[in-house]
Amino acid sequence: MTSATLPASVDAMLELLTSRGYLAERSLATVTYLSLRMGRPLFLEGEAGVGKTEIAKVLSAALGRKLIRLQCYEGLDVSSAVYEWNSAAQMIAIRMAEAAGDTDREQLSSDIFADRYMIKRPLLQALEPDVAGPPVLLIDELDRADEAFEAYLLEILSDFQVTIPEFGTVKAPHPPIVIITSNRTREIHDALKRRCLYHWVDYPAAERELAIVKTRVPGISAKLSQQVVRFVQALRDQDFYKSPGVAETIDWATALSELDARSLTPQVVGDTLGALLKYQDDITRMQGDTLQKVLKDATSED
Amino acid sequence: MAINHLAPEQTEQFADNIVGFARALRAAGMPVGPGAVIDAMSALQVIDIGNRADVFATLEAIFVKRHEHALIFKQAFNLFFRASEEWKHMLDSVPLPEQARKTPQAGARRVQEAMSQPRMTETPQHQEQDLRLAVSDKEILQKKDFAQMSAAEISEALRAIDRMHLPQAELLTRRHRPDPHGLRLDLRRTLRASLRTGGEIIDIHRLGRIEKPAPIVALLDISGSMNEYTRLFLHFLHAIGDARKRVSVFLFGTRLTNVTRALRQRDPDEALASCSASVEDWAGGTRISASLHNFNKLWARRVLSQGAIVLLISDGLEREADSKLAFEMDRLHRSCRRLIWLNPLLRFGCFEAKAQGIKMMLPHVDEFRPVHNLSSIQELITTLSRPLPPHHRSLIRSAA
Repeated sequence: MTSATLPASVDAMLELLTSRGYLAERSLATVTYLSLRMGRPLFLEGEAGVGKTEIAKVLSAALGRKLIRLQCYEGLDVSSAVYEWNSAAQMIAIRMAEAAGDTDREQLSSDIFADRYMIKRPLLQALEPDVAGPPVLLIDELDRADEAFEAYLLEILSDFQVTIPEFGTVKAPHPPIVIITSNRTREIHDALKRRCLYHWVDYPAAERELAIVKTRVPGISAKLSQQVVRFVQALRDQDFYKSPGVAETIDWATALSELDARSLTPQVVGDTLGALLKYQDDITRMQGDTLQKVLKDATSED
Repeated sequence: MAINHLAPEQTEQFADNIVGFARALRAAGMPVGPGAVIDAMSALQVIDIGNRADVFATLEAIFVKRHEHALIFKQAFNLFFRASEEWKHMLDSVPLPEQARKTPQAGARRVQEAMSQPRMTETPQHQEQDLRLAVSDKEILQKKDFAQMSAAEISEALRAIDRMHLPQAELLTRRHRPDPHGLRLDLRRTLRASLRTGGEIIDIHRLGRIEKPAPIVALLDISGSMNEYTRLFLHFLHAIGDARKRVSVFLFGTRLTNVTRALRQRDPDEALASCSASVEDWAGGTRISASLHNFNKLWARRVLSQGAIVLLISDGLEREADSKLAFEMDRLHRSCRRLIWLNPLLRFGCFEAKAQGIKMMLPHVDEFRPVHNLSSIQELITTLSRPLPPHHRSLIRSAA
């Protein structure tokens, strides 16, 4: 696996993403390009399912870099994000040394806090040199981790180094490409955002969403894909608790195409609405007149 | 590896422009630090500055750190980066903002009051008497309704609120720290300690779960009927927000406003002033249902995700009480750990839930408490500092 060279302009970036089936807005391509050129983490915020995580995957594939993913959750701590000592193995090593009659404590201590007893977690892995070039580090859904972890990230993201008391400081020879995503289930501290390039990923416009559906669901007919996109775009105008994202559009289009649907009918929409709307309240609201109206608008212009 | 495409004199002019732009953003209320200006300069050197859209996206990524600021940024960008002639013309015609709106500084009132205090000319005997009086005054003050207080009593109440300390209502987190009584074995520290004795484990180190205060989210009704209470409640929320960071405050009348950031300022007067500056519908009508809907839709997932306690401070006098209100209350109730409704109307002993709105809301709260004087606020604090129920469904509807 050899690493591709970094794109040299915003257009090249856009092309690179498109070549991997990611149809990005130009503004997103611009900030991604900038984050590569400036070596700064990219902070992507936006509703669920608009393709924030996807961009990290696409980048790693397109650039031929390793993708290291850190999924955040409440209670994420150093031992599961950065490193942990393999205590069982260390214990055995101590017993072995004892059995062999080794009594040099200094020696013992440096032996058991060595690289081979260390279990490396995503953040530490991302700092290690890789033959293909610095990896892509995806810190996914940072809003799920608690504030204490966020504060810990500050050091890593500004210096790309980790200090391990028994071991010393590990510093990345080349900083990784960092993508951070957040669904805004809570606000991320400004101090962290300041170290990153920030971009709000919005729902795509109808035209782009149509292109995305065509790329991701290859078998779909032109008519159905158009209706699907029009329907979803109309849903986003409604006052729903959770509007469908692009991921839901793709899911739905795939579902419809699996069912061999030719065009949207009340029956088929009713059966598959669960692919789009994820709250019972929203689904209830979509029945009856609202459904009729949206459906009529989506299918009328053919 | 910044590449400098620009001639030196061009760069200089560019730098001036960016600095000016950053200042304009700052004047518009966006937090733009000097670091961002430097970032912007180096970013603009690696993109094609002939492309306006790219310049926009670049500067946006650097200067905008919150989605709410995107709109301000867009307007500022369009205004700032036009043809220079047009811009100059605009500067001539627009009065300078500093002169245009000069509002009295926060805290001015307090300073004024402090200056106009009567001089202390009384004799020591008098002071002694005053002290004795003050003690009994305090008792009266504890029970006195906020709505009937004189200005002096209110300021005394404010001082009492300032002195209140919210003990930690603890929530167990999933993080650990060294704790001799903890349940989990700290293998790493145990091993390190064992090295000192040549590998013999003598002390076993343990880990305990970290406890931290549960977040509090307050929804405060600022409609006309609540007028006498809002300032005191805001003060109270400022006081508890000061000690513990995770307090979010929303004000609602006909619309919902998030004033959490405004309330974070350390000085209570300043905080309250910037709070009222950000609210448009002070002491107007109430639309509880619509405001709750907005909260549920825009904020609930952001501020309630970590097991928050919700304080709903309202008299529940809603004109448009219908099934929507019950629906929104139910949703709010289901998305928080505990929903406490504080209602100043409960001060009347013979209070009955007759109003349609109140009837709609009552089934969906965990607790229904009065909050109209200092002692009821004190009781609230005691409630908040009790250990939290394992899950919020357990102590429902006891007070109602």
